[in-house]
Amino acid sequence: MSVLVDENTRVVVQGITGGEGKFHTGQMIEYGTNVVAGAVPGKGGQEIHGVPVYDTVDEAVRAEDADASVIFVPPAFAGDAIFEALDTDLDLAVAITEGVPTQDMARVKKRLSETDTRLIGPNCPGIITPGESKLGILPGNIFSPGSVGLVSRSGTLTYQVVDNLTNRDIGQTTAIGIGGDPIIGTDFIDALSAFEDDPETEVIVMCGEIGGEDEEEAAAYIAEHVDTPVVGFIAGRTAPPGKRMGHAGAIVSGSGTGTAESKIDALNEAGVPVGDTPEEVADSVEELL
Amino acid sequence: MKLHEYQAKQVFADAGIPTPDSALASDVDGVLEAAEEVGYPVAIKAQVQVGGRGKAGGIELVENADEAREAADRILGMDLKGIRVESVLVEGAVDFTDELYVGVTMDRAAGKPVAMVSTRGGVNIEEVAEEDPDAIARVHVDPSFGMHPYQARKAVYDAGVDQSIARDVAGVLSTLYDLWDAKDGADAEINPLMVTADDEVIAADAVMNIDEDALFRQPELAEMGDEAGGGDDLERKADEYGFDYVRLDGSVGIIGNGAGLVMTTLDLVDYYGGSPANFLDVGGGAKAERIANALDMVFSDDNVDSVVFNIFGGITRGDEVAKGINEALEQFDDIPKPVVVRLAGTNWEEGMEILNEELVTVEQTLEDAVQRSVEYADEVSA
Repeated sequence: MSVLVDENTRVVVQGITGGEGKFHTGQMIEYGTNVVAGAVPGKGGQEIHGVPVYDTVDEAVRAEDADASVIFVPPAFAGDAIFEALDTDLDLAVAITEGVPTQDMARVKKRLSETDTRLIGPNCPGIITPGESKLGILPGNIFSPGSVGLVSRSGTLTYQVVDNLTNRDIGQTTAIGIGGDPIIGTDFIDALSAFEDDPETEVIVMCGEIGGEDEEEAAAYIAEHVDTPVVGFIAGRTAPPGKRMGHAGAIVSGSGTGTAESKIDALNEAGVPVGDTPEEVADSVEELL
Repeated sequence: MKLHEYQAKQVFADAGIPTPDSALASDVDGVLEAAEEVGYPVAIKAQVQVGGRGKAGGIELVENADEAREAADRILGMDLKGIRVESVLVEGAVDFTDELYVGVTMDRAAGKPVAMVSTRGGVNIEEVAEEDPDAIARVHVDPSFGMHPYQARKAVYDAGVDQSIARDVAGVLSTLYDLWDAKDGADAEINPLMVTADDEVIAADAVMNIDEDALFRQPELAEMGDEAGGGDDLERKADEYGFDYVRLDGSVGIIGNGAGLVMTTLDLVDYYGGSPANFLDVGGGAKAERIANALDMVFSDDNVDSVVFNIFGGITRGDEVAKGINEALEQFDDIPKPVVVRLAGTNWEEGMEILNEELVTVEQTLEDAVQRSVEYADEVSA
């Protein structure tokens, strides 16, 4: 049915009074997300789209019984905002902010290991359970309910692949954009494990990219622990070594690790077909359903 | 953002890491003056942001003024892997008995900083890491506590550094970690850290990469970056416009939103038999002017024979994109290169209504758009 979020998820929006926060709170509410509070220091007492704003996340969570947070806070303050979310023991925090300093994220990652909160992001489009709830900036209209679970390091690539699926009437259980930064909360393995445990998810699509070794580790995990069929896609086959391609994580080192080839090989070895194009990904999913 | 060697050395020296006497020079007279001041023998080192400067002829050791003039004449203005050498660092030569490696970086897999020491300095450390990973001692650091003194000692002893200099090397590693931490380093490295006959250690090279996302809280380093320059004209232009841009050597110009989707577009150009001329990500929420700037960038590249726009709107709106494309193209009597546009996602229908279809070729799907742009490029080169 859904992974991590559903129609009952009660959401607080950190940074709800900012441009992005305000706009996307409107979009989320329109989609059906149960946005119950906003949190912005110094803006307590206001209302945005009919949602009450509090000065602290703690206050918002206690007053409105929230269990998840979406963070639209500028990069300089985003690390602190994530810490604030973690300190209220929310089930889920989704950090949309792009450009959070890596050292801030290393400290967040350490703190995260001491809590039970799941963090998605930063620098991600968020998470959506089609027809129920979306936390983030994903365009709701391209998604449809169904049986494919999707996890991706890239936002717009998620939209592309979902579009290829939806055009064939293949719906999704949940789609998770985990973000392209070098240090993130939820990774491929966390998402794969959540989809594996979800009885409604019949096929998992995993979209990776060059840089790091997350896809290789995910491949090893799939071979050991995932029975649900997985279809892969890897962006950046043509990227030259040593160049950073947009995402902080998307850099190919000179030594052969982190390349598209090593990721595709690892996935193939784990029995995961990897499409050459998003259309081929949809072909493989269609065959498996 | 990568600092020049002379800048990184200044940062290291200010923190108390021993560095050789040196001075920066940008003409032959300046080199001679600096060499006189530092005292022969000196190393003359090209200040450009490329790896393997030494092998490429960008570093020379000279004994006297005649040799210095000759070397300065040759190195200043030379083309080093595509970048013109504008200045050199004139540095006192160090008489060394050993060369070590000391470095700090973020281990993304562990999500923690890692400090490294090796007695195999003075060579390409990536090669050492591959051939003989055990030759590099590593300690992971909890970023909320910083590096404990015992961790620096552990790395140094694990690496097999000689007792006589262990304390000094541990001191350098601690200082380097603190600097890396305080300055939002991505990587900080000394290779080689030279050991003299008198058991002194001196940083003979200095590498400092700063996390660009943290430059807002490192104003002094951000200024150094402005001086550092580097890259070609197009890359500088991309910096001014604030694009993620990488120049490649193909003929299909590529503009899109979101790194993963742009990379996928590159891959598809290759898949359909073309070759990408660049990676250009306009980022999220681009307005019309930004789109026009992106087209200006790609048109400025002589290698480009055709352009493909691939926009899948989330935060980005199709109508804004269409407006930008129209604005950029309507100023030409003749469009310099054929442009193929594919719009999807947020407000794509509004975008399609606005888009001036006399100026561009419209395709509905990613695959069709890419194939069309490859065909156009082929026609131009045929």
